[in-house]
Amino acid sequence: MNWTAIGMFLLFVLFTLGVTRWAARRTRSASDFYTAGGGLTGMQNGLAIAGDMISAASFLGISAMMFLNGYDGLLYALGVLAGWPIILFLIAERLRNLGKYTFADVVSYRLAQTPVRLTSAFGTLTVALMYLVAQMVGAGKLIELLFGISYLYAVMLVGVLMVFYVTYGGMLATTWVQIIKAVMLLLGTTFMAFMVLKHFGFSTEAMFASATAVHAKGTAIMAPGGLLSNPVDAISLGLGMMFGTAGLPHILMRFFTVSDAKEARKSVFYATGFIGYFYLLLIIVGFGAIVMVGTEPAYRDASGAIIGGGNMIAVHLAQAVGGNLFLGFISAVAFATILAVVAGLALSGASAVSHDLYACVIRKGQATEQEEMRVSRLATLGIGVLAIILGLMFESQNIAFLSGLVLAIAASVNFPVLFLSMFWKGLTTRGAVMGSMSGLVSAIVLLVLSPAVWVNVMHHEQALFPYSNPALFSMSLAFFSAWLFSVTDATERAKQERGRYLAQFIRSMTGIGAAGAAKH
Amino acid sequence: MTPEHIESICKHPDFQQLVRRKRLLNGTLTLAMMIIYYGFVLLVAFSPSTLGRSLSGGVTSVGMLVGVAIVLVSFALTGIYVYRANNVLDPLSDRVKQECMQ
Repeated sequence: MNWTAIGMFLLFVLFTLGVTRWAARRTRSASDFYTAGGGLTGMQNGLAIAGDMISAASFLGISAMMFLNGYDGLLYALGVLAGWPIILFLIAERLRNLGKYTFADVVSYRLAQTPVRLTSAFGTLTVALMYLVAQMVGAGKLIELLFGISYLYAVMLVGVLMVFYVTYGGMLATTWVQIIKAVMLLLGTTFMAFMVLKHFGFSTEAMFASATAVHAKGTAIMAPGGLLSNPVDAISLGLGMMFGTAGLPHILMRFFTVSDAKEARKSVFYATGFIGYFYLLLIIVGFGAIVMVGTEPAYRDASGAIIGGGNMIAVHLAQAVGGNLFLGFISAVAFATILAVVAGLALSGASAVSHDLYACVIRKGQATEQEEMRVSRLATLGIGVLAIILGLMFESQNIAFLSGLVLAIAASVNFPVLFLSMFWKGLTTRGAVMGSMSGLVSAIVLLVLSPAVWVNVMHHEQALFPYSNPALFSMSLAFFSAWLFSVTDATERAKQERGRYLAQFIRSMTGIGAAGAAKH
Repeated sequence: MTPEHIESICKHPDFQQLVRRKRLLNGTLTLAMMIIYYGFVLLVAFSPSTLGRSLSGGVTSVGMLVGVAIVLVSFALTGIYVYRANNVLDPLSDRVKQECMQ
């Protein structure tokens, strides 16, 4: 049992419960619940977006990858970062001007509500649940290691706190938990990077020199290794990371929490800055750890492996630079990170159920706000229970491929249709539904046939699909199907849908008629 | 929005200018980001040794500098966009809103 870490974590939980209580008092309408009343500033939302991206997976995973392979870790970081300017230039403002609570609002803006909302909700739930399971399993393992509590309790604890934040505090609590954690993680990582640089006399050259001197791969860690050696794989992974981020429902939802397009724009600027800064720090953390953790026998077990596995590199480094107190702090931050990210995921899944499925499809827009909020709370509870059960079921499964490839699925099922609905006059309901579905099916089928599942999980001789990432193919297919089934759609409904594009275009450009912030 | 509104907005010179300028700005910056990032990805795939070369005789490699540069340029591009949008595009859009939606 690590009592410092547990103490610090309890402090964090108490504080966030206070935040949730405060948020619960201010959460009265559906707009408060889904989008924090639309009243966040660009800076606050930027921090929350950055918080969603700098998750435990990127903090522990990317620093571990740099520790093992050096430069290849940076390739992942750059893929995630490069998506943000594109999101800003292409979709952030239009999304804010056209939507209200979920990205399905935007896709269904001039299309038939029922079929489009059904497919969008299906896409949202698939992505949110897969991401949630990956986070749950990762969280359970991590908490087991850091705090010495059993996997069962760890998963239950994450699930219960997540449901509590979302059902009581809605988006306001979810966002503030994310902001608090983002600030803590940025400060903690800054301190670690500063101490590493101090150790090397503030010379990155000295740090790289020592790292290459002690690393088994020598100077090879300063150049790209085997990660992206195949050009098709490289492009596919790049596309998946860049546009997958733009298809994550819990990220897209954040654009509705600010008052207008101008604040949405600012939030991406701040988010890109924070994410970029964080990844620059991770280079120092990862390479510093090669020397400060890798050469220290205390962090290895009898067989020479890193205690707790490769993902614990950043945690060991925290102890090396700041002692047990700082180790406790970083452990608590890692736990907090998981909580904040799963809360956002649960909220986006719940809003797909309550807003898209219940209010718009089942009740055809006739549900009162109170009814809609009640359904969203029940949906959150349902998603929480499902996440705990799936987390326990998948405990011993290899979930690494799951978390990485959720992005490929998001890039294929959500992004193409969202993009076309905003930029292409010709998109019709039939095209949107077929585009989403073909993206989802092809991404999952290609994933199953890829080496990660077909060979590593199902133990077949050879993969039927040779590339590790399907995004290039499944995304292209989604775009192609959406186009094909739209241009061949000669129905009267399709004609009307194309006719409504101009009004949508004007609103997306100017914000005339856009949903504003709630009045309090 | 009534059909008359739609027509008056579409004919408004400021709206036409807004659309033109926005397309130009968004298109140029998107293209720049795509070229930078996918250029980098292709370099990684086809010529990793270029990135592995020493920067100035020391251990620090060219690739490390390129990686840091991509982070900084990404941030700079979002900064350019926000600056132009706040100072050039927003006034245009505000004028259209004021004049056409009374």
